[in-house]
Amino acid sequence: MSSQDKSEVPEEHLPEVPASAHVPAESDPFADPGLPAHEPRRTDIDEKAANRAERQVAFLFVISMLATIGFIWSYVGIDKDRIIDIFFFGKIGAQNAALGGTLGIALFCIGAGAIHWARTLMTDEEIVQERHEFTSDPETREYAIREFTQGASDSVIGRRPLIRRTMIGAMALVPLSGVVLLRDLGPMPGTKLRHTEWKPGKELINEATGLPIKPDDIVKGSLTMALPEGLVEKYGPAGQKEELSHGWLEKAGMSAILLVRLEPKDVKSKKELAWGHEGIVAYSKICTHVGCPIGLYEQQTHHLLCPCHQSTFDLADDGKVVFGPAARSLPQLKIHVNEAGNLAASQDFAEPVGASFWERG
Amino acid sequence: MSSEQPKGGADKSTPIPDNAAVRAADALDSRLGIYGAAKKNLRKVFPDHWSFMLGEVALYSFIVLLLTGVFLTLFFKPSMQEVVYDGSYVPLQGIHMSQAYASTLDISFDIRGGLAMRQIHHWAALIFVSSLFVHMFRIFFTGAFRKPREINWLFGFLLLVLAMVNGFTGYSLPDDLLSGTGLRIAEGVVLAIPLVGTYVQFFLFGGEFPGEDIVPRLFTIHVLLIPAIMVGLVTVHLILVFYQKHTQFPGPGKTEKNVVGLPLLPVYAAKAGGFFFIVFGITAALGGLVQINPIWSYGPYNPGQITAGSQPDWYIGFLEGSLRLMPNWEWNIWGHTFSFNVLIPSLILPGVLFTFMAMYPWIEGWITGDKREHHLLDRPRNMPVRTGLGVAWITCYGVLWVCGGNDIIATHFHMSINAITWIGRVAFFVAPVLAYLATVRICKGLQRRDRDKVLHGRETGVIKKLPHGEFIEIHEPLEPGMRHTLTAHEQPKPYELDAAEDENGVARKVKRSDKLRSRMSHWYFAEPIEKPTAEEYKELTSGHGHH
Ligand code: FES
Repeated sequence: MSSQDKSEVPEEHLPEVPASAHVPAESDPFADPGLPAHEPRRTDIDEKAANRAERQVAFLFVISMLATIGFIWSYVGIDKDRIIDIFFFGKIGAQNAALGGTLGIALFCIGAGAIHWARTLMTDEEIVQERHEFTSDPETREYAIREFTQGASDSVIGRRPLIRRTMIGAMALVPLSGVVLLRDLGPMPGTKLRHTEWKPGKELINEATGLPIKPDDIVKGSLTMALPEGLVEKYGPAGQKEELSHGWLEKAGMSAILLVRLEPKDVKSKKELAWGHEGIVAYSKICTHVGCPIGLYEQQTHHLLCPCHQSTFDLADDGKVVFGPAARSLPQLKIHVNEAGNLAASQDFAEPVGASFWERG
Repeated sequence: MSSEQPKGGADKSTPIPDNAAVRAADALDSRLGIYGAAKKNLRKVFPDHWSFMLGEVALYSFIVLLLTGVFLTLFFKPSMQEVVYDGSYVPLQGIHMSQAYASTLDISFDIRGGLAMRQIHHWAALIFVSSLFVHMFRIFFTGAFRKPREINWLFGFLLLVLAMVNGFTGYSLPDDLLSGTGLRIAEGVVLAIPLVGTYVQFFLFGGEFPGEDIVPRLFTIHVLLIPAIMVGLVTVHLILVFYQKHTQFPGPGKTEKNVVGLPLLPVYAAKAGGFFFIVFGITAALGGLVQINPIWSYGPYNPGQITAGSQPDWYIGFLEGSLRLMPNWEWNIWGHTFSFNVLIPSLILPGVLFTFMAMYPWIEGWITGDKREHHLLDRPRNMPVRTGLGVAWITCYGVLWVCGGNDIIATHFHMSINAITWIGRVAFFVAPVLAYLATVRICKGLQRRDRDKVLHGRETGVIKKLPHGEFIEIHEPLEPGMRHTLTAHEQPKPYELDAAEDENGVARKVKRSDKLRSRMSHWYFAEPIEKPTAEEYKELTSGHGHH
């Protein structure tokens, strides 16, 4: 135990460090008998065995060399598009399998060779070395502390409080610049999380077909994904793909909705029916838990399940949470049918969609 | 092999060769003084035990990560700029996607060996984090974290956390559907942070999710910032292992004051170096042959789409599980949203679990009041409470991890998600307690067995019939080395408070913290399985001779 131990704990409850001395066994049957004598291995005494071990090591190294040559050959000689079916591993690219396999063998055999060499031919006689306590001896300790104290007093920092305080102040302030510089990483949130792309009159576009949706398109039991116009890739009049405008991913991430057709008599909420069209209702697709898109619909129960953490929403009851970690109902989008006979939004969502945030309220 | 090799130093009669290598070494020495360092370290002794290889696996897979990672950066384009894919993977030709995803497809299909490298990188990452965990458990259960190695425990802990963070940033880079889903969840978690969450999210993503900035930013963090810190930490970690010398298990000839093992040059160097190649070789073969993270089958990221049954890499799974188990508590106070359903499972709970892990050496040190250096390892059974706590921690983590796949369990075992979630909620609290109790019992049972072995010897399986007809099994006494190994551990007494009154009957002030410490110390050390004493042993062995 070190002499500078300032522990407040009485040390009686700690046992003595076990005696390492070789106490004769008669007085202590549990005494340390010391390191057992070294037992020679086969290769230590039998030259033939040692030679065999040498050949085994060399063999492994030769295999490694061959594997590296195989690697190079695989790189230039195998067509990269060839697929092979290897038992157990399934269908994989022939070249990658060959490259990985040969590299693996080349490396593994070097390792196996080295370890076999170490185990058979290098010494296996254990060596004992002393440890030294890390705590410095009292003289060194005093010397170091004295040197430091001298250095500190030479700097006059103790006697010049003005310097000390202003230095601390300057050091404390200067990292602020670094923090300020981070400001332009992104724009202020503003009210962006409160709005989506839905505007009164915006048509619902089917995500799969890129076409506006007519009420008859929505059949019972199916889930239709939709986005506002401009966020779905569709084909122009000449058949060419129309480019999506910049930033469509962010907008789609907020505005994605899903449509289902319910039996009006099953719907528990008057408001829900009023916001839909003849039993067709539109809900945000973005889970109110942490924002995964929701994808699994159970027609019998009208339940919608989020695949991320299994929050379950009842679409026949205002999108209320019936199970899982989400705390809020799925927001409903008010829709109607326009003159062209297509479904369109009557307004933006009445509340923010997706995950909660501090200012949401 | 000369058997008269002196311990530690080479034979004095070994001739000093005069060749180019020695002359080069002389030249270096006259500039850097390398012989001094070599004298200290060339024959440094490293103890041997299979469990000491776990840290090596971590180190080697880290090196594999660095090597394959450099290769990948040469081809990966961390950009969210939209391109139309025209590479050789037919199903995605003509599809709009980000440069990041397109270049990952190129690495996988058009750059020879690219897929192998990607997969080696991914496999190495999984092995890296796994081996870090297991290495850490080894350190924990054997008490290797005790003084003087607490700081190195902390460095190792930081490495584990950084490894997990970098794993997450790494699999977010390809911008495929799966990685985007992970990022979306991360976005929701960031948004749930009180007060600043919304701002942090907008600054992190450069605006609304997903934005165009997150992939290039994560790229810099993934290939530069975190690896640089990790390389630094690994270096310091290894220097400390070297400087403080490795711990060893108790055994004949092994004491707190020595280190017994094989010398760095050549044996340890050959074994450790060889082992590096073995780890690399296995990872390379895995990368070539076993598919992992086939991003092409997920498709490019689209915030409106998701694949069912999507799973993060295994080490993030526990967060997924805690998010799934959490009841849906959300409060609205004065117009502000407290999303406990997100905050607790994704920030507070992991914070508590991992802080406990990081601080454990100091917690235990405070309870035991032990300020001595320890170089001999504990056998886990001899520290039942510590071992129990470790197993409880693992159980806690394990329950969360399993619940991260509750949908998979549900479909496999035809159970309702509802039931599994409830089982998970109960198990999260009950299972660690049961695991703790069971572990303590098992440890004590094993201690009892050790005690019996020391006193009565080991069972030989030979049955003997005594003259009066009784059958007994012949026990063979243990050899002295084994007897020593099984009794070398300490059995500290619980820390007792001073009497509430001193000799004169004056009430003493007992500090609250002392009371707590005493109570904790009793919990740690009370009711030990007493080690056999020399008297007991002699009485049993001398009397009628051993059967
Ligand atoms: S994101 Fe839907 S349940 Fe978590």
